Parts: sequence; structure tokens; C-alpha cells
Amino acid sequence: MSTAQTRADGLGAPPDPRGPTARGRRSSGRAPSDPKPIVGWLFIAPNLLGVLAFTFIPLVSVILLSFTEWNLVSGFGGIDFVGLDNFLAVFQDPTFWRSLVITILYAGVAVPLTLVVGLALALALNRDIPARGLLRAAFFVPYIVNIVAIGMTWQMLLDPSAGLVNQFLGVFGLEHLPQWFASSYWALPALILVTIWSQAGYANLIYLSALQDAPTQLYEAARIDGAGRWASFRAITWPSLLPTTVFLLITLFVGISQTFGMIALITNGGPGASTTTLSFYMYQTSFQFYRFGYASAVGLVTFVGIFAIMLLMWRAQRGRALHD
Amino acid sequence: MTESTAVTGGLATGPSRSGAGTGIAERQARRRRRDRIRRWSWGVPLWILALVFLLPFAWMISTSLKPDLEAFRIPMQWIPDEPRWENYTEVLFGENSILVAFWNSVFVALLRVLGELTTATLAGYAFAKLRFPGRGKVFIAYLATSLIPAQLLLVPRFVYFQELGLYDTLWALILPGMFTVLGTFLMRQYFVSQPDEFAEAARLDGAGEFQIFSRIYLPNATSMISALAILTFVWSWNDYETPLVFLSSPETFTLPMGLTNFTDENGAMAAGLSMAAAVISIIPILLVFLVFQRRFVRAMTESALK
Repeated sequence: MSTAQTRADGLGAPPDPRGPTARGRRSSGRAPSDPKPIVGWLFIAPNLLGVLAFTFIPLVSVILLSFTEWNLVSGFGGIDFVGLDNFLAVFQDPTFWRSLVITILYAGVAVPLTLVVGLALALALNRDIPARGLLRAAFFVPYIVNIVAIGMTWQMLLDPSAGLVNQFLGVFGLEHLPQWFASSYWALPALILVTIWSQAGYANLIYLSALQDAPTQLYEAARIDGAGRWASFRAITWPSLLPTTVFLLITLFVGISQTFGMIALITNGGPGASTTTLSFYMYQTSFQFYRFGYASAVGLVTFVGIFAIMLLMWRAQRGRALHD
Repeated sequence: MTESTAVTGGLATGPSRSGAGTGIAERQARRRRRDRIRRWSWGVPLWILALVFLLPFAWMISTSLKPDLEAFRIPMQWIPDEPRWENYTEVLFGENSILVAFWNSVFVALLRVLGELTTATLAGYAFAKLRFPGRGKVFIAYLATSLIPAQLLLVPRFVYFQELGLYDTLWALILPGMFTVLGTFLMRQYFVSQPDEFAEAARLDGAGEFQIFSRIYLPNATSMISALAILTFVWSWNDYETPLVFLSSPETFTLPMGLTNFTDENGAMAAGLSMAAAVISIIPILLVFLVFQRRFVRAMTESALK
């Protein structure tokens, strides 16, 4: 189909790891001029050793740690093996479930809205408009700015009494202005708002590059058939963007469900744990309460959950693509 | 009728029905005008929207030029009567000078970029172009690893860095950033798309494997390499979570951490100074973005879609 299709598929279905060149050709053995096997290992060695040291060993450690009870202070001698206790405790931990609900609410609202804003912007910016390049850049800027600068700015913009946003809303004579990060009711919506603002540029960029591959001849045909704008969007544009949408859905979900910086910076999980997402809870249990074993279990359960949802989304998309 | 379609800017332009008897030149002129109206009727609202999107940055700059107390004056004054440039000199050269954090950020970013480019091009090339036993298995392991969020690894890394004496040093940020799976994957995807024939010919001529890599394939890969460099730089520059966990003393803080240093006597954020620091922290990224815009966008889409 379109290139977008193959690209998005490449995400979940790894291409043949041996690469296209390894297939079929010269299967009978090494040609005399082929490099010695050791050469390949030498080439990957620097990266492989680093990945082993900084990713693989920590990963194994976090799995091992999740079966123990340990706070750093007691030293390595203080590591107690507790079997599955941590995992049992995770599932009985009301804060864990609460954080799960908050994470789902947060990502469940922020991800689709980011997608919609990004898509709408991309469709509009794909038209012939004056200074289009500059416009595209403008919407992308929030995405590349560091989270601390963004967080501090929005914290002040959303100040309940003196912030610019409420000053603006006050112009309309609204009685009960949202209290944003100061209220446990409004903190999550405020977080969602800032998230959409900062992530929409990314969704926009990916959609724009997918629109380059849109089948233009079909639009011509649709026009001749008398199809309106909405009809041709539904019949042509949307299906051709479906793989990109699923891709964005997955990456935004993974990214947004792991949002940490803004929460740590602005709300510190509050007020009253109203913005304690799973990733922030994980941080709290490890680096504020120093319950390393338990934190590892929380982290593993969270990651497995996110991974499962990701897989489901990808499966659903694949089923649909096959159906087409 | 033509006017109304122009304003809504329909996808279906449709042949002009009214122009049956008019001359070709006149019809063309009308179409041109209609196109122009359509361009602007979409352009203007989008420009307004873009300005709203960028409003927080305007506020940031405006506040960076005000005394702390005036940041929250109602109504908001966009252009301060007396721009307080002292905020910038204070942030740059004052007590909590951000320059240390700035250089820390530069140092970390440069080493991460250098290390990442070196290890990722070598490994990516090997995965794409060199055949060796175990390649497939290692690559699958790489792919699986790429899905693990860094967050999950913070605890064990924290413990190891403490043991190794790397905690509270910049190396705690640099080292893990030099060996990434994603960078290797990006480079591999690029090298796979390159023809094998160069290597085969060079091998017959007796060239060594490293020579083939560094003299033939690497020079052709500059655009992908610069894309990876840009990506690594941006990640490194904006990283907040890793320094928050691995750094504790202000001398080692990188910029995102350094920005949180400006507080008033009550411990609350000092608006003017904080915003001046924020503006300074944004400038390098904006420059990279504006100067390398095309490559930048490519880097973003490549890393996303590969």
C-alpha cells in the first residue's frame, strides 16, 4: 500500500534481523573475501558492552530486586529475599490502584486530544498558505523546549489568582474560575492541557510527513465523482493515515503515560495525590521512600501493563489492515 | 457562489461554471484572485492560532524583563516600562550563576553526541553489513531492549552509580547516553539501505573492513549522522529526570536542574530570574532547530517512523 503502511508496520514487526542482504544470497557459505566473524563482533563491541553495562545488567537487577525488600541504607547485606510478596503487595496497594486510575485518566484524555489537535493542524498546514514553513515551525517549538522551562511558565500562567489564563477567563465574568494546579479537582485537567500544548507539535509533524504520501490521484478521482471534502477525507485521507494514527497512538501513549518531569516539577503528585501517576508513584517509592524492592515491582508491573496495551493497539491495527 | 467556496476553501474546486462566455485571460485572473483569497482565508486564522500557541513564550520573555513582584501584576503588562536587563546579568554572573549549569549541559551533550555517534555507527554498520555468527540473536535482544523505559532502570543505575563513585558526577548522565539501542537501530536502518557492492569491490581490492566502513560508507552517511547528532543533543539538553535522580550538588547540575535554583527569600520561585534563565536555556535548542530545520525535522520523523 502506501509507504506509511510499511513504515508503521516496521515498528511492531521487526524487519528480518539479518537484513535483506543476508537472505537468499550466498547461502552456501562465506565467500573467500568475506570478513572474519570476529570483525563484526569488534564493530559492535563498544556499543554492546555499554548496552550490557547500562541497560541489560540494570534490567536483570531490577527484576531480581523486585523479589526482595531493601532500602539502600541497610547496605547490600540488608537485601531480604521475599519471593512474590512485593507483587502481592502491589495488587493490594490502594495507592497503586489510585495511581493506575489517574494514569489511565490522564493518558486516556491527553493522547486522543493530542492526536486530534495534531491531525487538524496537519490538515490545515498541508494546504497552500502564506509562510507555511514558518507556521509549521511555530507549532513545533513547544515540543523541543525543556520541561522545566515549560513547567515553570505554565505554573505561573495557570496561577489561580494572578495567572494570565484566569485573568483572561475573568474578562468573561466567570464566577468560579478553575483553580488549576492548586486544586485536586483541576490539577489533572491542567496537566492534560499543558501536555496537549507541548505534544501536539510532534503529532502534527508526524502527520504532516504522512500526508506527503497521501494518494493524490485518488483525490482527483473523488472530485470527478463529485465527492465533497468530508467524503474524500473519510474515504481517502483517513484510511491512508490510519497506520500513522496507530503509530502515534502507541508512541504518545507510551510517552505520556511515563510523564514525569512536569509532575515532579509542578505538582509533586498533588494536591492530595491527585496527579500521582504510576511513574511518579514509582519515583516516590524509590527515591523519596527508598523502598527499592517494592519500587522495582511497581515499575515492572507498570511496564508490563503499558507493554500489553501497546501490543493490543498494534494487534488491533494489524487486524484492521489485513481486513482491508 | 465562487466567493463562498473560496472562503470555505473546499477541496473540490470545481470548474467555474459562470465563465462560459468570458475570455481565458479573464477567467485565469479570477481564479488567481480566488486562490489568493483562499490562501489567506486559511492563513490568517492559522497565524492567529500559532500566536496563541506561542503566547507562553512571549509571556516568558516579558516576565524575564520584570522585577519579581511585577510578574503577577493585574492586568498583565506585556512590555515592561523599564525592561530589567539586570535579571539576565544576575542569572548569568550572579550568585547562582547559570553559566556552570550551562557548561555542564554543553559538556554532557557534546560527549553524549560524540560517544553515541561513534558506537552507534560502528554497531549499526555491523548489524547491517557484516555477517557474523550470533548477529541475528543480538539484534533481536537489542530490539527487545529498546522497549524498556529508562524510568524502570533508574533504581539499579542509582545503586551501581553510587557503588562506582559515579553518583553526583556528570558521568552518570554521559555514560548511559553514549551507548543507546535506538541510535544503533537508526544507523542500521540507514546502512541496510546502502548497496553491498562497494564493500565487495573494496574487499577484492584488499581493503580492510574498518577502511571500507570509514572511507566508503561513513562519508555517505553524513545526513543520517547529523540527524542522530541533533536528536542526541536535544535529548541530552532537555533531560530532567536523570539529573534529578543522579545529581545532588549544584556544581554538577545541568541546565534543567539549574533553572530551579532561583527562589526568593520565602523559597518560592523567583519569577523574573527563573524566566530569564529559562529563556537562556531555550536559545541553544532554538538555534539548532532554526539552523538545521530540515535535518531536524527529518531526524524527528526518522526516529519516529523507523
